[in-house]
Amino acid sequence: MHSFPRWKYGLILTVLVVSLMGALPNLTTPPSWWPSALSTPMTLGLDLKGGIHLVLDVDVDKAVSHSVAGDIDTARQALRKERIRYSKLSNDNSSMTVVIREAGEIDAAQQVLQENFNTYTISNPAGSTFVLNLKPETAKELKKFAVDQAIEVIRNRIDALGTTEPTIIKQGERRILVQIPGFEDSARAKDLIGRTAQLEFKLVDEKGDLDKALSGSIPPGDIIMYGPDQTRNGKSYRQPYLLKRHTELSGNEIADARVSIDSRYNEYAVTLKFNTKGARKFDKLTAAHVGERFAIILEGTVNSAPVIRERIAGGSAQITGSFSPEEAHDLAIILRAGALPAPVKVVEERSIGPSLGQDSIDQGVNSILIGSALVLIFMGIYYRMFGMVANVALVFNMLLILAAMSIIGGTLTLPGIAGIVLTIGMAVDANVLIFERIREELSLGKTPLAAIDGGYDKALSTIVDANITTLIAAIVLFQFGSGPVKGFAVTLSVGILASMFTAITVTRGIIAFATAKRNRIEKLSI
Amino acid sequence: MQLIRSDINVDFIGKRKFALIISGIMLLVSLGALATKGLNFGIDFTGGTLVEVKFEKAPAITDVRSAISPKGYGNAVIQEFGAPEEILIRVQNKEAENSSVISTAILDGLAEKFGADAIEMRRVEFVGPQVGEELTRAGIMAVLIAMLAILIYVTFRFEFRFALGADAALLHDITIVLGLFALTGKEFSLPVIAALLTVIGYSLNDTIVVFDRIRENFAANRKRKNPLDENLVVNDSINQTLSRTLMTSVTTLLVVLALFLLGGEVIHDFAFALIAGIFVGTYSSIYVASPVMLALAGRFKGNEDEIKEMEARP
Repeated sequence: MHSFPRWKYGLILTVLVVSLMGALPNLTTPPSWWPSALSTPMTLGLDLKGGIHLVLDVDVDKAVSHSVAGDIDTARQALRKERIRYSKLSNDNSSMTVVIREAGEIDAAQQVLQENFNTYTISNPAGSTFVLNLKPETAKELKKFAVDQAIEVIRNRIDALGTTEPTIIKQGERRILVQIPGFEDSARAKDLIGRTAQLEFKLVDEKGDLDKALSGSIPPGDIIMYGPDQTRNGKSYRQPYLLKRHTELSGNEIADARVSIDSRYNEYAVTLKFNTKGARKFDKLTAAHVGERFAIILEGTVNSAPVIRERIAGGSAQITGSFSPEEAHDLAIILRAGALPAPVKVVEERSIGPSLGQDSIDQGVNSILIGSALVLIFMGIYYRMFGMVANVALVFNMLLILAAMSIIGGTLTLPGIAGIVLTIGMAVDANVLIFERIREELSLGKTPLAAIDGGYDKALSTIVDANITTLIAAIVLFQFGSGPVKGFAVTLSVGILASMFTAITVTRGIIAFATAKRNRIEKLSI
Repeated sequence: MQLIRSDINVDFIGKRKFALIISGIMLLVSLGALATKGLNFGIDFTGGTLVEVKFEKAPAITDVRSAISPKGYGNAVIQEFGAPEEILIRVQNKEAENSSVISTAILDGLAEKFGADAIEMRRVEFVGPQVGEELTRAGIMAVLIAMLAILIYVTFRFEFRFALGADAALLHDITIVLGLFALTGKEFSLPVIAALLTVIGYSLNDTIVVFDRIRENFAANRKRKNPLDENLVVNDSINQTLSRTLMTSVTTLLVVLALFLLGGEVIHDFAFALIAGIFVGTYSSIYVASPVMLALAGRFKGNEDEIKEMEARP
């Protein structure tokens, strides 16, 4: 028989020790001197741990059109400042159109536009018309910024929930993956994450005629907005308001938001505190409009429109409604965390209740134990001593998978457990190939030791070919798979690689060790 | 112990016409089922909402329906899931609706009727229409790319006609497993795609083992003074590897059966696909891959040197 090199024994022992050490953190907390690379247990996927899994899509086009709409204001002010009169000033998603009234002011207008809008390409198709198109790289930058900012805002909101180790990461260009392990209330999480929390303060147009406006003639510079759904005389009803279009203050000027009790109705409310800039604006606003109403608009709905009784210098406001304590708490969270720069939409959800996760773990562990017990018994009966050797390798293999998954920081999912189960069935394949080949060599009349050599040598290329093809399938799966499927691909790949080592090298080592001191062997227990 | 005697000699290749008929029937039935019944695509591909709820005591399906009807989901698909206490509710996406709130509405409806403490959320899945399309595309791409990559690898390691034989067996297996899903109406979900790719890997594994032996025997055969007929050599090769083919199928089947019976409802269809795949995969590595390879004999023979060089590879 070929001699089994000493370094291979060393390799097997090293791998065994590292596997044992790497697998330990999954069973108990390792002592403090334990090498840090081997101290992390395997991460359980959300489908096993339970929790919320959301994929959000950020409406980045809205972020762009929002920004363009803001630039329209800049354009209006800049043109007014230079006393350039225009007959049209409009915007769509990513462009603005300006039509200048007097031919003599066209040159001046061009200069003003060029000075103010270097992020746009300015064209002049007809003498008095300017079209400003947002540069693609600026649009791209705005979109990226919107997603990054949305991540920041969402992180702040989720952190306020006080859950442990949420994951909030960018996926692709405009999607955000949110995972909150151990959190069950999917409705609350979605509400908390999905609300834009756009807060605006606008003045009520006290001089305008609301009825006329409702029938179609809205005064210039005004806008109609509605209050929340109410039931009046058994009918659903929303109070309309005629407001000045201009936003006096917004959520950006809030420094803090806290739950409070509204003293008049003894109800839960949220008290806002403005930052310095906001407080100054609020001070000026209230001083100039005593006796008028100002509307607090939350996410496009008029929350309330109190009358300004006197100048308010302190810089705080209150949002009321029939809030439950939890609603008030969550509203305070999202106002404090800031508004989302663009609307987000849940495009995928996979949330798992804690009991299902535990059931999945139990059932998965059961299948692994029973499945491998069956294989161990079968191999023992079918190949006797050699079967037992293969069984040792199989246990080693499972240990190695556990350790490898822990060390590389892989996540174990339910399909991942299925991958391990499948690997157990396929791991013995290499041994079956070798043992069948040894049997053949024996029946050709070779001596037992020569038959072992022949069996291993001839089966090797087959084993490599067969495993590489499965590995190809696993790698493709990893590239294209999402979430749980990826977990399956990982354990399958790890399992295949581990099984090639244990089924070939480890069994060979054991057999070599057992036969080392003997010159002649009459019969193999195979 | 030995299940297969070492001197076994079954005339597999001689019966290939018979096998062709069996495969033909299986393929026709599968394609027929796929064309008429179609696959029961899960929400991973169609988009939609799925809510799994565990009740304290088994509810009547009609009560569950009447609980969610006021919320506008009276036409939902409601079924038992594994146990009578566990109910699965499925709703299609509607146009222009913020669909992620469907699950909330359903759970609210159930809590109002049965009491919040009597029900427990087990699982909520929601896949938006766009994501569904993406997952479908990714799934199809994954299967195609896996097959292409394998074709390249097998061509590199063997001859081109071997690769075609292997891919014919793969197509055969996938079609039949898909046909079984169409026939039984089992849900076709993302994990089933993973199972399909595993079946591809497994079926190929079997085929490669047989091909390896054929390659070895072809090389030995060429050295003889009177080379035997290719059909005979192939048949011998299949017989020599038969014991291993069956052994591995048995061990794999043992663990997958454990998964099927004990792994829980979520993994059930996944395990079903694997079991079906192991059966057809074992069959096809004997009756499809080699006969196709033989039928293509002479069509892709490059020059003799190339074949010799191929056979010299380890």
